[in-house]
Amino acid sequence: MRVARSESVLTHAVLIVAALVAAFPLASVIVTSLGGDGGASGAGSVGFGNYVEAWTQGGFGSALLSSAVVAITVVVVTAAVACLAGYALAHMRVPGGRILLGLLLIGLVLPYEVTVLPLYQMLAGWGLVDTYGALILPQVGLSVPLGVFWMRSFFASVPTELLEAARIDGAGRFRILRSVLMPVAMPAVATLATILFLFTWNEFLLALVLVPQNQAVQTAPLSLSFFSGAQHGAQPDVTAAAAVLVALPIVVAYVVLQRRLITGLTEGAVK
Amino acid sequence: MAVTVAEREAVGAAPRVRRPAASRPSWSSLLYVAPALAFFAVFVVVPIVQSVRISFYDWDGISVATPAGLSNYAAVFSDPDLRQALGHSLVLLVFYAALPVLIGLLLAGAMSRIRIHGLTTLRAVLFLPQVLSSVVVAVAWRGILADDGPVNAVLRAVGLGGLARTWLGDFGTALPSIGLIGTWVEYGLCMVLFLAGIATIDRSLYEAARLDGAGALREFTAITLPALRPQISIALILTITFALRNFDLIWNTTRGGPGTSTTVPSVFVYQDAFQDRALGQASALAVVLTVLILVVVGIVQLALRERPERRAGKGVRA
Repeated sequence: MRVARSESVLTHAVLIVAALVAAFPLASVIVTSLGGDGGASGAGSVGFGNYVEAWTQGGFGSALLSSAVVAITVVVVTAAVACLAGYALAHMRVPGGRILLGLLLIGLVLPYEVTVLPLYQMLAGWGLVDTYGALILPQVGLSVPLGVFWMRSFFASVPTELLEAARIDGAGRFRILRSVLMPVAMPAVATLATILFLFTWNEFLLALVLVPQNQAVQTAPLSLSFFSGAQHGAQPDVTAAAAVLVALPIVVAYVVLQRRLITGLTEGAVK
Repeated sequence: MAVTVAEREAVGAAPRVRRPAASRPSWSSLLYVAPALAFFAVFVVVPIVQSVRISFYDWDGISVATPAGLSNYAAVFSDPDLRQALGHSLVLLVFYAALPVLIGLLLAGAMSRIRIHGLTTLRAVLFLPQVLSSVVVAVAWRGILADDGPVNAVLRAVGLGGLARTWLGDFGTALPSIGLIGTWVEYGLCMVLFLAGIATIDRSLYEAARLDGAGALREFTAITLPALRPQISIALILTITFALRNFDLIWNTTRGGPGTSTTVPSVFVYQDAFQDRALGQASALAVVLTVLILVVVGIVQLALRERPERRAGKGVRA
């Protein structure tokens, strides 16, 4: 295409500015976290002292572990039930299937605010508040709409001939799912898992409401929120170090998985 | 292939039917749907029904609830604090949804005209704000907007020190500051969505437009904008939903303060439910918020749904 070279240069310049703006806050928090050295040795020094202080005071080891336990469980359970339901909704005549899909569609845009209060009371009644169960069970429920839509649209895209060939070979419905569909569905499942992991890892309101007291099961964002609140407001460099600790696992995973995640989200969203 | 056709005829289905197995309702298929449905019903549907029920009562969560009729709903629209919070949500819609979509369209329009170098890296960096936990985002921006933060440092350096302030602690600037954080979170998402849309546009359309002497603006309105309809729709749905249900960012930056200058409905839902023990009021507000989101999403979908014949016509006219 013939476009003036000056226009190309200008557009690139604007894009670089846009990218710098997008990256600046994370860069800024990293810079802050490396300065001051825990407030112990005064300003000007550079080091990991803030990290040591944040790690020992904030219990972020346990928080990161909690986040991992919750996110992995939610991903595995949601993916499993979503594959089953997505398969049925794509390739079987499910009674009431259309109504179900309509309900799930509403579930996709639902604000968590409308569920948290009854959820708290229900889980309190079951004695589950302040346990992993209180984080995992509702999160699976809230992830089901996305998971089912995702897998249904993938399974619907598989050529019917493939399923029929298997059927003629005498494979039952579950066998077709396990042996024919799942092997080809792995990339779709992997993208779904990445998205769900990200959402679950970052979820804040549910954690704030459902595990308010038990530090042992609090997730990383919740711990960071408590840590940066009351007592550490006066130590921005330690808080910054804590923020980097919380962001680090997800940023590392993002660097590895960004292509899959972005392509998946942009294509899946429009579907 | 021959086998499948034979099989279809054997079952007696019309040859054009794509899924012969789907001709009769299959009750056993419910077994496959049941686990997902159970999670969704117990942890989403039941709580929503409960919320609606609680919203018609006055209840502190401990003593006996007393029926309140519609008074909790009336309060949502008459209580000055709650009305103010709804007003803040509307302001945030501009920052969280309108601005990011406009910025995204502007940049994507410019990008459609040239070959971008380093597109993958660019995309990854632009998408970064979406990946970070909102608590991390809040900590980062609190630092940037703090009294001794980089924004004020720049202002003082260029001689505008008089403008320097604690941006999130100032009654006049707290809400727009939060708004701009939201803009920052969302504009990369919009750009990435629009870029994906532009990648599907047939390049020859642009060539043809240029041969016809169309300028950059004409090219944008006649080709890029109509082709991006599905992406604009999804971008609006995502950003509007984020704006209306936004809790994390505000809770971790200002908690609604200073005073009541950054309150939003979701902050009141949390405070009413878990701090002030006004469960009926919290539920009514949550229900209104949900209905509002569903209505707005419905409007966006209707307004921007694919209408192929109109779309083609519009492209020519514009």
